[in-house]
Parts: sequence; structure tokens; C-alpha cells
Amino acid sequence: MNPETLATGRPGLFAGGDAVTGVGFIIDAIAAGHRAANSIQTYLSRRSTVNSQQLPITNSVVKLSRDEITARVETGKVTKRERVERKWIDAGTRVHSFEEFALPMSEEEAVAEAQRCLECGVCSECLECVYACRAGAVNHAAIEATRELQVGAVILTPGVEPIDLRAPSTSLRVGYRPEYGYGRYPNVVTSLEFERFLSATGPTQGVVARPSDGAHPKKIAWIQCVGSRDCARDQGYCSSICCMYATKEAVIAREHSAEIAPTIFYLDIRAYGKEFDRYIERAKNQGVRYIRSMVSAIEPGANGNLNVRYALDDGPKTEEFEMVVLSVGVKPSAETRALAQRLGIALNEYGFTESISFAPTATSRPGIFVAGTFREPKDIPETVIEASAAAACASQLLASARGTLARVKTYPPERDVAEEEPRVGVFVCHCGINIGGVVRVPEVVEFAKTLPGVVYAEHNLYTCSQDTQARIKARIEENHLNRVVVASCTPRTHEPLFQDTLREAGLNPHLFELANIREQDAWVHRGDRDAATRKAQDLVAMMVARAQHDSPLYRLVFDINPRALVIGGGFAGMTAALTIAEQGHDVFLVERDAELGGHARHIQFAVNGEQSTVNCVDVQAMLHDTIARVMEHPRVHVYTRAEINDVAGYVGRFVSRIHLADEDANIALDHGAIVVATGARAATPREYLYGMDNRVITQQDLESLIINRKSEIENQKSIVMIQCVGSRDESRAYCSRICCQQAIKNALKLKELNPQTQIVVLYRDLRAYGFKEDLYRRAREQGVLFLPYELDAKPNVAIANDKLRVTARAAFAPNGKIELEPDLVVLSAGIEPNDNAPLAQLLKVPLTQDGFFLEAHAKLRPLDFAADGIFLAGLAHSPRALDESIAQAQGAAIRAVALLSQKQREAVATVATVNERLCAGCGLCVEMCPYGARALDADAHIAQVNAALCQGCGACVTACPNGASQQRAFEMPQVFAMIENAVA
Amino acid sequence: MSDNNHEPRIVAFLCNWCTYTGADLAGTSRLQYPPNVRIIRLMCSGAVDPVYVLKPLLDGADGVLIGGCHPGDCHYQSGNYKARRRFAVLQETLDELGFDKDRVWLRWISASEGAQFADTIREMTAMLKSKLDSAIVG
Repeated sequence: MNPETLATGRPGLFAGGDAVTGVGFIIDAIAAGHRAANSIQTYLSRRSTVNSQQLPITNSVVKLSRDEITARVETGKVTKRERVERKWIDAGTRVHSFEEFALPMSEEEAVAEAQRCLECGVCSECLECVYACRAGAVNHAAIEATRELQVGAVILTPGVEPIDLRAPSTSLRVGYRPEYGYGRYPNVVTSLEFERFLSATGPTQGVVARPSDGAHPKKIAWIQCVGSRDCARDQGYCSSICCMYATKEAVIAREHSAEIAPTIFYLDIRAYGKEFDRYIERAKNQGVRYIRSMVSAIEPGANGNLNVRYALDDGPKTEEFEMVVLSVGVKPSAETRALAQRLGIALNEYGFTESISFAPTATSRPGIFVAGTFREPKDIPETVIEASAAAACASQLLASARGTLARVKTYPPERDVAEEEPRVGVFVCHCGINIGGVVRVPEVVEFAKTLPGVVYAEHNLYTCSQDTQARIKARIEENHLNRVVVASCTPRTHEPLFQDTLREAGLNPHLFELANIREQDAWVHRGDRDAATRKAQDLVAMMVARAQHDSPLYRLVFDINPRALVIGGGFAGMTAALTIAEQGHDVFLVERDAELGGHARHIQFAVNGEQSTVNCVDVQAMLHDTIARVMEHPRVHVYTRAEINDVAGYVGRFVSRIHLADEDANIALDHGAIVVATGARAATPREYLYGMDNRVITQQDLESLIINRKSEIENQKSIVMIQCVGSRDESRAYCSRICCQQAIKNALKLKELNPQTQIVVLYRDLRAYGFKEDLYRRAREQGVLFLPYELDAKPNVAIANDKLRVTARAAFAPNGKIELEPDLVVLSAGIEPNDNAPLAQLLKVPLTQDGFFLEAHAKLRPLDFAADGIFLAGLAHSPRALDESIAQAQGAAIRAVALLSQKQREAVATVATVNERLCAGCGLCVEMCPYGARALDADAHIAQVNAALCQGCGACVTACPNGASQQRAFEMPQVFAMIENAVA
Repeated sequence: MSDNNHEPRIVAFLCNWCTYTGADLAGTSRLQYPPNVRIIRLMCSGAVDPVYVLKPLLDGADGVLIGGCHPGDCHYQSGNYKARRRFAVLQETLDELGFDKDRVWLRWISASEGAQFADTIREMTAMLKSKLDSAIVG
């Protein structure tokens, strides 16, 4: 045998591997296989010379140097181990048989041998993955490539990762919070691990089970601030999300098993977001127990239980829990920080991007923007808002190039099928083994062929694959199909894909039906192949029957008016107006007051962003600058002392009537989009002697005193601040979010003016989220005293001997309370909504029970209303800080621009229709329609549908007493056809 | 109808946004439930015409399930409230027509409640089966 070519003496016969060399390495065997294959190819193509060096695959061969191997051993990535001794059949037996003489390894031996792997990362090119992937998604020829893209702006959204509790922090050589025993006690898990226990796709299929013994724990403790608010471990900031996710986990755990008794150990409950406090209150009512205490240590108890040590006012406690969840904080990964370094972006001390005041998504490098948690830890709605804001800033730079790289897909002209008998083609999908492993797909195809109207049926391994789309197009042409039914997955994900294929084949996309035989059949009836196959047949029959009644549908296309209306001339409204105008659209800015500025007129200074100074931003100067820019911008048209009386029309084509008080005139403005930025106002306190003694003032009053009557303020010896005045109680259930930062800001400012001033802040939960925790810490370092109080034991403010006297409960004091005689009492009064109801009614948009506007989706669509073409920003959404309002305004503006920059818009296809012959003009449909899409023609007494407004809910159809109203694609004959086949 | 081997047949009208999506989630979560239900997707529970409930019962179905969004969560603002009122009236009508009104269920199942959907089908199938077994249906 030729060792180079592996050719044997007999032409055409090649040999290699163990059969030739005896037992060897598998790598050698693979190499021999490759070499033989190469030789065979050469032999078959009758090349004269055989070049054995030309191996079929030449790339991705990695050789490790000795140093690299040593490094791997030293870092513990691999450990040095002896080879596993092979066993052989003894010579005596071998003489008498042709049995394989090398005995196979046992499982343990094989695992031990495999663990000697150096993990050098080489693919051995066995190509098993190529054969295993039926979709053909694995491509071994694809190699790493470097491409160069020319872009005008970059948006960074790399996010954060949970803190690895085992990783040593940079300043200490131990992991985070070793006293909590993570990694040592199996029943101490991280919050993310617990989240997996709750998940149906998790390791326990959604059953809460202890790692140590699989038992169902009843008493579970959550410990907050693990790796957050912890200067000793370089994690000085608040991770902002843990309070809410811990509460969510506790609530869901109880939903899984009512026997679970959750306890959350916390420092402050930071439920500062919209509707968050209500969620916490609900959790308390559902049996989640909250204990304000820092857990000092966790010690192992009996049966894998854990003894949690903590302190309350009356002394140290030890309580036994069956499981402990550590609410870990978040931080940017090392890779993310390295990326920032490559891009030349300045990072703060914690590795997040250095923030720039009132330019929420800007970085230190112009043209590079950042959104989401890489800027500061935050919840989902804020990241979604910032993503839009970053898009707005990037898009502002690129406005002139908009659409220049966009390509429009063209389709062949549509075939008219009106006169044709239904010719249905059915395509049944195996979806690999997802459907095919349960449903007997060929039987479904044979059954489909027997259905009336079906002229063609086939099955595909993956009906959604690109080559199947080409097949479907070909089958449509060959068989002159005019209806297509695909039986595969849910229409919610794949219907648009197949509809597009129909369009490419010259058919109206609504001549298509999808039978859901995966999510609603194969995946849920895995144990019963017969029943699943029968159900698939029924579902196909239902869709084939429905398809017979399908008719082409066309969407109403209308021109979009490119102008925008911004309601409210506060900071959010002005920012939105400027952002839209900068993108080349005219904006009408309507303000009810005589001047622009809104609530920001009452904010004197801010401490956002830079942490080194207190008095870093003069808000009033910035406000005046913004007002000037608005007034000067040629595309922004400002109307002050103006009220909106009526909003008619629909997305893309609104007409609003405005009353101008100064001229006592009404004008009409036409526009394509609306941004609601009507703001909110500072609440007036109704307790603590406010309004009865002028030494009791609000934070807003204090702020203006600091600026305007500095000398008086400097001489105050003692000041008491009271938080949550009128917030988070029965009068206003929500948290005003800004009061804690405002109190800290003002306290720091007072300390700057006179370090001798004694300041006491009485608070319930100090909500200094994100990097605001740094300011909170600084205030404490400068001697500001923070004392918590509970809702059921509010502080008392009285006057004794003409002096203010504040009494508050304090466990540390000898008689359980402290008495203070301050010069000033400052109340954090919070934010309350304006009277939004009239405007909400005009716009037909909802309000929350607190009176703020209600967005389309709390998490995923925080800037949109459910009604198309109307967007939301600023305090009208919920209380928030100024830079948060700016991000929201920029985000809402780009949402509006995305709509306005389209020339035309398509309405919903499945709209309601009226059979005028049957319509009695009763008007029930008009009453039923939530969108104002219905009207009665006064003369003809016949109901009409405005197809641009109709959202296709079908409410009017059900209401119609004589069947005159129908909904396209959900017509009664279609539903009846499905029912008949569902019952058959 | 008193055939003990008869498997109950359920026709379900599910709203596109909540319960149909919840039924999909039951699938992606691989939750197993009896194969007795045939799902018809409508855009909203408010679009379920009473005739859609009566027709399957007359055609031989054993149960009808209407699934919609939880109160306050309707994609179309108030369709589920309309469904709820219509359902209350329909229950009385069923009674008058001599149908066992327990054969028609209205359930709020959100897009995230795959498990609740599977549970509902299990419960409804079991209930209809026991009714069939004791031959009191119809």
C-alpha cells in the first residue's frame, strides 16, 4: 500500500485507518480518511499524478506552542492527566478469532480520556454538524472576514451582564459577598438562576426545586443589593432593576406554588418607575414579606437549609430558609469595556459610558451614541426610550441621506382570479422533526389531495426555506394555483413570508391560509401520533375550506401629511419639536400658557451627569437657550395661550382646531402625527402645616431660595426634609420619582453653602437609583442625616413656643423617638398630573388611574399610544428627571418622524365592510366602534366604514343585527366553513 | 351520544392577540394537552358572533371555548367586555334552547399564559367527557 496515496496494489482500492496502521488516534484516522478521499477523487478524475499533500480542507488547523499549553495548565483550563490504559483481548483468544482485539473503553474511561483534551479549539472537520443540520445552515467554507462599512453614526447598545459572584473584584482578592456562601452552599442561587427555575424551558421545567435535593422549598429568602451599592467591591452604584425583578420572582414563585413563602431583605425598595409601587403593594397583599435589613451572613443549617443572620431594631436575628436567592447587580462586561476603549469612548469609574448632561445618549466622541444599560443600569421601558432617542440623534446627523440606500422590492402584476374556480395548493411542512416527528406528514398530504378544490399537495422538509419559496412559486405557475394553504407553524410569525411568496408569483397575498400544525398540534400532542395526525388533517381541511372563500384584499393607500403637532411647550415638547424640525418637518408647537418652559421653569440647577460637582448645570440658562432655539427655528411654529378644541382625522391625516386666546380666534392645523407632551405640575402639600407657617416650604421653594436669597439660606442652622409628602399614600399611590434626588441635590447644595447646617432627611425608601447612589453617599459623607420612617408612623410637625418642632420615630434613640427644632421644614411634595381628561377624550387615548397618559405597552412601546400616529413624552407619561424627559422627547420625535418621512401609508387590509342593501341604518355599529371609523350617512341612512381608521376588530360585525356588516377575511361563510370542518 | 368511547370535540374561538398567542406559547413550552380542540383564530373575542357558538353545537361539537384578553388588556380597547356581556346573554339563551350551558366556556387567557391554556383544555375535555359518560349532554 502506498502510504502517500493510500492506494493498494489493486487499482481503485484504497485503505487507511486502524485497518492499516493498527489502533491509533482518531485524528490520524480522520486524516487518513481525508487523504484517501482526495486520492479517490484524483483517481476517478483520471489525473496522471497523485498529489497526496493536497488535503481537502486546509484551514483552521491550530497548533499550540508549549508556552500556550503551559499557560492553559497553569490557569486551570486543563489539567495534566495520564492517558487511559487501553484493554486488549489476550493473545490466546486472538489466535482463534477475528474479533476486534482492542476492547472499547467504558463510559468512565472515555470521559476521562476526553477530559485530557487541550481545548485548542480545532474543529476536526468530521462534518457531523453539516449532516445533522437538516436546514443546511452549517457552512464549513465560511471563514472569518473583515469588512469595512462607511457609516455616519454609530449606536452602542452592548448592555450589561450580571456580576459574577465568584470573580475576584479588582481591589479585593475574594469574590463578591463570600459571607453569603454562593458556590459553597448549593441552595444559595443567583436571581438569574432562580429565573431559570421558574421558566418552563428551564432545568426543572418550571418547577421550583432546590439544587441540593430537588425538594420543593417553601421558605425562600431574597437578598437585595448583592454587588450593588457596595463601595468596598467597586460597585458603588445602584443596579436599578433588582428590587422589581426580585418582587416579580417572588410573585411568580407564589403563582407556581401557593405554599412558597417569600421574604425579601432590602435596604430601600426602589420602585421608582411608572406603576411600580402598585406592583409592590400587590406583592405585599399576595403574601410577599419585606424586611428592611442587611443580611450579615448565611450559615449552613440542617437538611441543606440556610440560617440567615440579620439585625432588626430589637437586636440580631437568625432565621432558617430552605433556599436563598441573591439579587445580583449588573455591570458592563470586560469585552464591552474593551470595545469602548477601541472606539475611544470615555467611561466612568464603574465602566459605564461617561454621561453628558442633558444629552442623554451622547458619548464623549461625536457621532457615537449609546442607549440602554451600558449608559446606566435601567429597566426595559427606559432602554426602549433611549434606543429611540439614540436613533433620533443619529438620524439627525444623517437626515440628508435618508432613503438613499433603501431599495424597493418590485412585484409582478397581480393575476385576476375572480372568474377562476378555486384551485388550492397544499404544502405540508415536516419542520425537520418538529412536526414530522409526531404528525405523519405524508398521510396529511394524501388526505389533503382528497379535499374539494385541492389540485396539488406536497410535503417539504422546511416549507419556510428559501428553496421551498422558489418551489411554491413554480408549483403555482405549473398548476395554475389560485389559493395556497401551508400547514406548518403559527401564522403570527410566518404568514408574511408566505404571503410575500404569493405576491412574487403574481397572486394577491390574501389568497393564502396557514394551518398551525406545529405550536397547536405536533408540539402539544407528542404522545399521540394518531390523534395528532388526525388533528393536522382537520386543521388542513378547515383552512382549505376557508380558502375557497378567500378573495383578493387591497389596502387603502393614502398620502401622509408630513407636518407634526406637538402639544405642550415644556422641555419635552420643545425638545420633540426641535428634533422633528431638524429632520426637515414642519412642527406646530401648541402651549396653553403664555410662555414656553413648563415645569422646568421651577428647576434651578441639576446634578445630572458629572458627579464631581454639585452645581454643574444651570437649568434656567439651558431653558432660555432652548426657548430661543425654538422661537428662531424656521420650521417650528409656536402658538402660546392656545387650547386644542378638536382633533379630527386619523394617522397621517389629522386636522386640529386650536383656540388662540390672545386673538380670540380659532384656527385649523393639518398634520400627520401628534406628540403629547403636556407635562405635569408640582403638587401642593396638604399636611405638615404647609401654608400655615411660612417656615414650612417645598423643595421647589427651597431651590428658588437657594438661588434668589442665598444669604438667608446660608444662615439656617438646622433643616428637616420630609420625603413622600402626598406620594405613595392613599391620596396618590404612585412614587414621584424625582423627590429623593431633589432632596439630595438640595441638601448637597446647602452643605456647599454652609457645611455647618444640620440637615435631617426623613424618608421612606431612598430612591437614588443608578449613579444617583453616588450623590446619596456623598450627602451622607458630608453629614446629612437620613432617617427612615414608615407610612403608619409619619413624622409630626408642630409649633411649640413659636418654634417648629418635628417629632419622628427613631429606634436608636433612648425613648424611641427624636425631636428636632429646625429653622426650616422642607417638604418633598412630588408631581401630580394635569387635568388630562379633556385632551385624552379629544385624542381618544386612555389615562392611567393616577391620571397620567397610558402608553401602548408599559415595557415595549413606552413612547406610543395604542392609537396610531400619536406619541407621548415627558411628565405627561409619568414623573421623571429632566434628562429622562429629554430622552423621551427625542424618542417620541423620531417615532413621529419615522411615520412622517413615509410618503404614503397602507391601512389595515382586514377592514369592515357594509352591504348597503342589508343596512337598516340603526347605528349600532357606530356605537360599537372604538376608533370612530364608523359613521351614518345622514341622507341615505346607511352606515359607512372609514377604511383608514378601521383596525379590523370585528366588533361592529357582531353588533350588526342583519348581517350587513362583514369583516374582510373573517366573513361569515369563511368562519362557517371552518366550523363545519372542525366538527366533521 | 351515550357512547362511552366518544371523545369530546371542542371548537375554540381565540382572539389573535392574547389567547391564540397563549395557545402558541403552550406549544413552544411543549405543554401537553388532550387533542380534542380545534382552534379558530379571530381577531378579537368581541368578534365572536353568538351564531358561531350555536352552529358547532348544532353540528355536533360537544363544547365551545371563547378565549380573550384579560379585562383591561383588550388589543381593541373593549372587545372583551363586549364578549363578556354577549356571553352572559348567550348563557340564558342556551338554557332556554335546552342546551347545557356548561358546554360553552369563556376564559381570559393572556399571551403569556400558555400553561393556563393547556389547563383549560384539560379541564374542559375532562368535564365534557364526564358529561358524555353520564350521558346527560344535549
